[in-house]
Amino acid sequence: MSIRVHQLKKHFNGFGAVNDVTFSVSDGEFVTLLGPSGSGKSTVLRCIAGLETPSSGLIEIDGEVVTKVPVQERKVGFVFQHYALFRHMSVLHNVAFGLQVRGIPKKERNEKARELLNLVGLSGMEHRMPSQLSGGQRQRVALARALAPEPGLLLLDEPFGALDARLRKELRSWLRKLHDRIKLTSLLVTHDQEEAFELSDRVLVVNKGLIEQDAPPQAIFDQPATEFVATFVGETNRVEGLVDEGTVAWGPFRFKAIHLPQSTKVHVLFRPHDVYVTSKREDGGWPGVIRGIQFLGATVVLDIQMDDVTLNAELPKGVAQISEFEIGKQVYVSITNAHVFALKN
Amino acid sequence: MSTPIITEKKWLRILLTSISLLFMSLFLLVPLGTIFYAALQKGLLLYVTSLIEPDALAAIRLTLLTATIAVPINLIFGVCAAWAIAKFNFIGKQLLITLIDLPFTVSPVISGLIFVLLFGAQGFLGPWLIQHNIKILFAVPGIVLATIFITFPYVARELIPLMQAQGNDQEEAALTLGANGWQTFFHITLPNIRWGLLYGVILLNARAMGEFGAVSVVSGHIRGLTNTIPLHVEILYNEYNFVAAFAMASILALLALFTLVAKTVVEWKL
Repeated sequence: MSIRVHQLKKHFNGFGAVNDVTFSVSDGEFVTLLGPSGSGKSTVLRCIAGLETPSSGLIEIDGEVVTKVPVQERKVGFVFQHYALFRHMSVLHNVAFGLQVRGIPKKERNEKARELLNLVGLSGMEHRMPSQLSGGQRQRVALARALAPEPGLLLLDEPFGALDARLRKELRSWLRKLHDRIKLTSLLVTHDQEEAFELSDRVLVVNKGLIEQDAPPQAIFDQPATEFVATFVGETNRVEGLVDEGTVAWGPFRFKAIHLPQSTKVHVLFRPHDVYVTSKREDGGWPGVIRGIQFLGATVVLDIQMDDVTLNAELPKGVAQISEFEIGKQVYVSITNAHVFALKN
Repeated sequence: MSTPIITEKKWLRILLTSISLLFMSLFLLVPLGTIFYAALQKGLLLYVTSLIEPDALAAIRLTLLTATIAVPINLIFGVCAAWAIAKFNFIGKQLLITLIDLPFTVSPVISGLIFVLLFGAQGFLGPWLIQHNIKILFAVPGIVLATIFITFPYVARELIPLMQAQGNDQEEAALTLGANGWQTFFHITLPNIRWGLLYGVILLNARAMGEFGAVSVVSGHIRGLTNTIPLHVEILYNEYNFVAAFAMASILALLALFTLVAKTVVEWKL
């Protein structure tokens, strides 16, 4: 099934949680709404499910306007952050519930529930109560339960938010494989960029109830459309500057800003891994002094003081070792890739 | 549960525990024991005879009838009110919460008087009732109404915090799975609140059977007709018929003990 959301707005007591959101999801696609908490992404999801009524705008599922269709008839599977399992029902009963309320006979619905538990890797847990399961198992039951009535659409609201980092990673690669297998149109809400990038065909970055960028994960990272997107996904260095004849100067560096008018105040953003550091003067670059070194496992982050600004540069551990970088050492810095954004007002 | 670190001296702990136990024995156990002692003082035969005497049986029947009507009505009201307050936002919600507490804050005698003012011969609805030959005051309907009024906060008060704490997640999950409102209520909400509900009903029932003040005002004390157990106890006591008075009182005491046990069991389940 496909989704089309058009000019969706949702206000709570005068506060605009969702301010004019338009996007679509094609059949079989996996799309993520990525944004900080309070950005309105969950509200969009709840409006699509029918758990919230939009203040205005249109929601279409498979070409049919569903804005007035009750939640029960929208054929969506919803997975909640805190699982929302029925505490008084066994795992099997939880999964079979959606079939039970549709009047499917017990034998048939239990058989289907067992198949789904098998699909999510929980065979043999049918008679456990939710309280006897781990967080990861509970979320898989919640997923099996959402899939049981064969929804045309799967909506996932921060499904791994309550789990620890390792389990989150494990479950999301499992979810991606499951999606590739069953090809169910899925819309995920998360504040975790890694999760969004790993799972999605396309990412919508949401901020203050608006979509800042709608693009595949790589493009979101490499060509951020706004300063918010650039700073929200991944680390950035930021310096201020002014546009002069289509470029912005910072020290010896010149950044292209052809799209901006003369004298516009701008922020120049570049990622720590786009900062090239060498200890050899002949390689060129702007001199700076190493003020700090942080070890992040496979990579090393250097704090480099350049005039009155301190930059972060991320480089592979091996490179840092060969170059014998240490605190107090003079280095030469070049910037290989940067993004220029005009300051608002 | 971890053991708390105790810093108080031993003698202080013993003193505090002794005061609590002594107080409880003096004010709770001694009176309770006295009831059974006084009731059985003249032998089991007189005790049983006092209980199966027609007026006594009528009082027991009326008490049971009152509870049988008041408990289900307040159960339904309590669940509806708690559901509305815990799950929805609406204008007048705070007012409803305050109103639910009203019977707790008004003296039961005043509550009874409200019904006299409403339904009495000189009352607001009195002339209309007389005209249509409907008897509420000094009759069973008045007793039932007063009891309903006195006991309506119990279930709602018990369920509101419970339902608020549970939130809407499970109900929303049921709705997305295709359940309608009734299915959601019976399959999800009700099983989740069952122990809290039972707890409320136990307290509600105990109060409905034991209510004296409000019922006393509206009943008219007609023997064999409008006396509930507490009212009958008072009459017997005033007539110096102590054995019969305490025999009747022992029924309420047994109810209290049963309530206490049931409450403990339910609390353990909650």
